[in-house]
Amino acid sequence: MALFEARGLHKRFGDRVVLESVDLAFEAGTLTGIMGPNGAGKTTCFHCLTGFHRADRGRIVFDGEDIGALPPHEIVARGVARSFQSINLFDADTVLDNVVIALPEVRKRAGNAWGDLARDSGAQDRAAAVLARVGLAGRERAKAKDLAYGERRALEIALALASGPRILFLDEPTSGLGPDGTARLAELVAELKRTLTLVVIEHDMRFLFGLADTIAVIHWGQVIAGGTPRELRDNPWVARSALAEEPC
Amino acid sequence: MATVADTAVALAPSWRPAPAALVPAPLIALVAILGTAWWWLPKVGLYPYLGVEIAIWMVYAMGYNLLLGHSGLPSFGHGAFFGIGAYGFGLAQKHLVANLWLDLGAGVLAAALAGAIVAAFISHRRGIYYALLTIAFGQVAWFVAIKWHSVLGGEDGLLNLKRLPADLGVATFDLKSNEALLAFVLVALVLVTLFCWRVTHSRYGRALACIRQNEVRARFLGYRVWRCKASIFVISAAIAGLAGALFAMAQQSAYPNVMSLHQSGLVVMMVLVGGGLVSFWGPIVGAAFFILARDLLGAYTETWLFWYGLVFMAVVLFKPEGLAGIGRDAAARWRARRARTA
Repeated sequence: MALFEARGLHKRFGDRVVLESVDLAFEAGTLTGIMGPNGAGKTTCFHCLTGFHRADRGRIVFDGEDIGALPPHEIVARGVARSFQSINLFDADTVLDNVVIALPEVRKRAGNAWGDLARDSGAQDRAAAVLARVGLAGRERAKAKDLAYGERRALEIALALASGPRILFLDEPTSGLGPDGTARLAELVAELKRTLTLVVIEHDMRFLFGLADTIAVIHWGQVIAGGTPRELRDNPWVARSALAEEPC
Repeated sequence: MATVADTAVALAPSWRPAPAALVPAPLIALVAILGTAWWWLPKVGLYPYLGVEIAIWMVYAMGYNLLLGHSGLPSFGHGAFFGIGAYGFGLAQKHLVANLWLDLGAGVLAAALAGAIVAAFISHRRGIYYALLTIAFGQVAWFVAIKWHSVLGGEDGLLNLKRLPADLGVATFDLKSNEALLAFVLVALVLVTLFCWRVTHSRYGRALACIRQNEVRARFLGYRVWRCKASIFVISAAIAGLAGALFAMAQQSAYPNVMSLHQSGLVVMMVLVGGGLVSFWGPIVGAAFFILARDLLGAYTETWLFWYGLVFMAVVLFKPEGLAGIGRDAAARWRARRARTA
């Protein structure tokens, strides 16, 4: 059984059907890519899977539990984390503080209104480890708003990692990155893949085809194709929509 | 299963954030200034009661800034809780028991309960909708205070409230004089300030600051945003209730005017002019500045609020960081100049 499954997801906004009978399954320890043209429903699908939107119909099962009706904080507590297409950070805080606040041990004691968080050296050390893992060691004291774009992308991923996920959803992580930044991110994602289940929405086909174990293609709010990168290159639907042109 | 966050790297001591002082230095300065106000206020042509009023408004503004400055939640009807605290103090004294601690507790509890009810309705809202709902609830409370004549005394309010003695068990302090009341209110201000100081530097306070910056991100890091927003509203309302109870004691009456939209706006102006959005001490500065401006400008012209309004507009337009921001910038320039000459 897959670690994370969505069955028959429907979502509409007013008269507009955005997702229709979407079935997805993410096996533990794999990286699944989700691709498709702009407006296909990829991000809405992510929003439904992570609790940002509630699907109108369908089931979302994580580790055997239906999480479709749970609020985001309950979903995160079960080990589901995500990044956003537009970078979502605590800009006025330092890089270290951004990650410290994301740690589960800090979150679980968020009702503690007395103890000084700055005295929690254990949390700071764990946050530093997360930052080292995403390549931000040495930037702990910088303000998040002062980071370069690629560093902000890395910090966005660090926040999601720090929350202690078992499955990590990344929404267009290469968006806005140059070739060097994309290459560094590819190294990071490849490294994360060794310990995490990953689901990545991506327009950069070279990035996705190089890293993904399986790929699902969403178009017109439906999953129109799925398989390994090799299988998809030969898929007439994908070929016709020119989605797989770049890496072929 | 081990997660990424389970590993640790020892961070260099110099890279760690500085812990907050147990007793911040500005608080010691505040105690020194207000603790001697009974002596120096008459010498500069003012009166001891002014010190009482300034300290009470500082309590109110500190609690309010937990909400506006620290959590980014704009409540424009907070006078309701100030008034409910005053009425709670007065009603408890008149109809339950004439005991300072119990009556103050009644004022705080009444305001906290009212805050909890309002928070339950508004905490899932943000921005302008949040602000409008606080105005609506504030107006409801103000209207009830005016119209419920049989219990709350209508527009006159509750009159002839007593300044009850502070019975500490081993000693009893009479609070009838303004000097004694100033000392008592100063103790309350110190306790409230220390409480707010601890809260803002705690995990809870950090979560609130993150919610202010990016509510969506906080939610998707697993924070119960609704609970955080509701609880800080209740805390802020309870502190406003304490200030209101102290005000009723100082004024020896509780009346609906303090719950009006106009009065609710005053604490917003104090916090913003003082610089509460950027500094923990902004509300202290703002409350002192407002009350002193009222008395000093008011001695020269009846239109003092017009001039204060101009100051407010100038601050918002040219220095949104307020007086605390001006002080911070001046201190930074002074440090830079010292470093150059050293």
